[in-house]
Amino acid sequence: MDLLLNKEFMQEFLSPIWLSIKIATISGVIVILLGTLIGHVFARKTFKGKAVLETILMLPMVLPPTVVGFFLIVIFGKNSIVGQVIEWLFKQPIIFTWWAAVIAAIVVAFPLMYQSSKSGFQAINTDIEDAARIDGASEWRIFLFISIPLASKALISGSILSFARALGEFGATLMFAGNIPGETQTIPTAIYIAIDSGNMKMAWMWVISMVIISFFMLLVVRIKNENSK
Amino acid sequence: MVELKLQHIYKTYNKDIQAVNNFNLDIKDKEFIVLVGPSGCGKSTLLRLLAGLEDLSQGQIIMDGQYMNDVSPKDRDVAFVFQNYALYPHMNVYQNMAFGLKSRKFPKDEIDRRIKNAAQILNIEEHLDRKPKALSGGQCQRVALGRAIVRDAKLFLMDEPLSNLDTKLRTQMRSEIIKLHQRLQTTTIYVTHDQTEAMTMATRLVVMNNGKIQQVGVPKEVYDKPENVFVGGFIGLPAMNFFSGTLLHDKILFDHLTMEIPIIKMMSLRKQGYVNKEIILGIRPEDLHDASIFPNNTACSTIDVKIELIESLGAENLIHSQIACQPLIARLNTQTAVKEGQVIKLAVDMDKIHFFDYISKNRIHLDVF
Repeated sequence: MDLLLNKEFMQEFLSPIWLSIKIATISGVIVILLGTLIGHVFARKTFKGKAVLETILMLPMVLPPTVVGFFLIVIFGKNSIVGQVIEWLFKQPIIFTWWAAVIAAIVVAFPLMYQSSKSGFQAINTDIEDAARIDGASEWRIFLFISIPLASKALISGSILSFARALGEFGATLMFAGNIPGETQTIPTAIYIAIDSGNMKMAWMWVISMVIISFFMLLVVRIKNENSK
Repeated sequence: MVELKLQHIYKTYNKDIQAVNNFNLDIKDKEFIVLVGPSGCGKSTLLRLLAGLEDLSQGQIIMDGQYMNDVSPKDRDVAFVFQNYALYPHMNVYQNMAFGLKSRKFPKDEIDRRIKNAAQILNIEEHLDRKPKALSGGQCQRVALGRAIVRDAKLFLMDEPLSNLDTKLRTQMRSEIIKLHQRLQTTTIYVTHDQTEAMTMATRLVVMNNGKIQQVGVPKEVYDKPENVFVGGFIGLPAMNFFSGTLLHDKILFDHLTMEIPIIKMMSLRKQGYVNKEIILGIRPEDLHDASIFPNNTACSTIDVKIELIESLGAENLIHSQIACQPLIARLNTQTAVKEGQVIKLAVDMDKIHFFDYISKNRIHLDVF
């Protein structure tokens, strides 16, 4: 109880939680938008090289986080063109900032959202979209008022799963964003350091927080799926 | 008001699959055109081409003098009724019908007026706030029709709209669609593989096979004078009987069996050079009669056949048999007592027989003197 009243301790405890939620929310929103749009395009269109492109997008799901982290450092590092452009634009490199953690979270969470959204859109009877087309609706109106509502269950579960994945991201984040307390330290990296330094009390608190957040998110997905049966 | 010209329409998939092959048709205002043909004959593809859901490989669609090929579906002013209804499942009946009008930015009160009017015509006023899931198949199809009616589109396209319904409902909806057309007078193109629908609904019938038009005409004309063996076999249930044989001087020879041909028909066949050639004879099952009760004054030829199977339909019997190893079905009145295995003398109504060229399979038109 004393510990909870200790301001410094609370700040140390809450800082990675807030940062994790901030990173997961920003990356989650980006992943949901991108995953929905790209999932829709891939569900409807066929083009040359689709299979290869799709495999590349899905790769982060199976690659070891260290490999993802390695590529992020190579792509966004100081020596790359992308890295130099970012440095020129923002006057500082992206690596070891919380934005790096956002990028890492986007890359690993995207495949989950993409997969759910694509299968959600594929399950829609295309006659319904054609009916809307003939009914005079623009492609954008069809997407917003027909396709998204009809794929909503898949989109919601994809969103929650990818948010959870972003929240739990560890390996690539550690490599690409580092573990700077108060700046880039998220719950998973904080737990790792806490155990490493023998701070079991803090580790327990973060672990419990993580379990509670994850439990409720998965519960929502399950309830959603049960209701849709 | 709409007049439609479909000129040299081709649709090719994957470079070599021809779904529609040189389709030409002029459709007048208020017509109810039925496209009929077996599965995969290109009739649904043609409808999708007209709606703009697919692009033509060649040819042109002209609606009221306007070239339509490049016009997107939303700007074509056509309404489409799908086989599986394709209702918007997340919207209630009212919203389903309102969607197209909202997309076209109609004022609210006009939308409301049109929906109420359509709901009244289709007798679905009580279901306006229900979602499609809570409706029966017939009600869903009414909503799909309603969606087309409220739009007041120039052209209605219907893709096998009744084939998911049970027989009783199908018969009922069939007559409702006919009445609807009589009331609204909207030019309609209706696709079906069901020949009862084709015969009863069409003002003009278009029979298709392998992407090509086989015959265009009013249903009775298509039934009475099929242009080729395919049309003869496709329209009519049970199908027309076909026998190939050699035409001699005054009769036709099938294997060991001969059948006399009336002199007038024979003269025309002779004139067209069919003597001593293979020829296909077509006889509809209802043009075969029990010889013992068939009136003598009608031109007829008789054949003895052995009954292999009897299908009793209540009011009539379908007699399955063979002539010279070629299957034959006769539709006989139940007055004629029949037994499987029995040999029966059938009279062929020679006024109603059809002749087809053995090679081209096309109808041989006989001059009437």
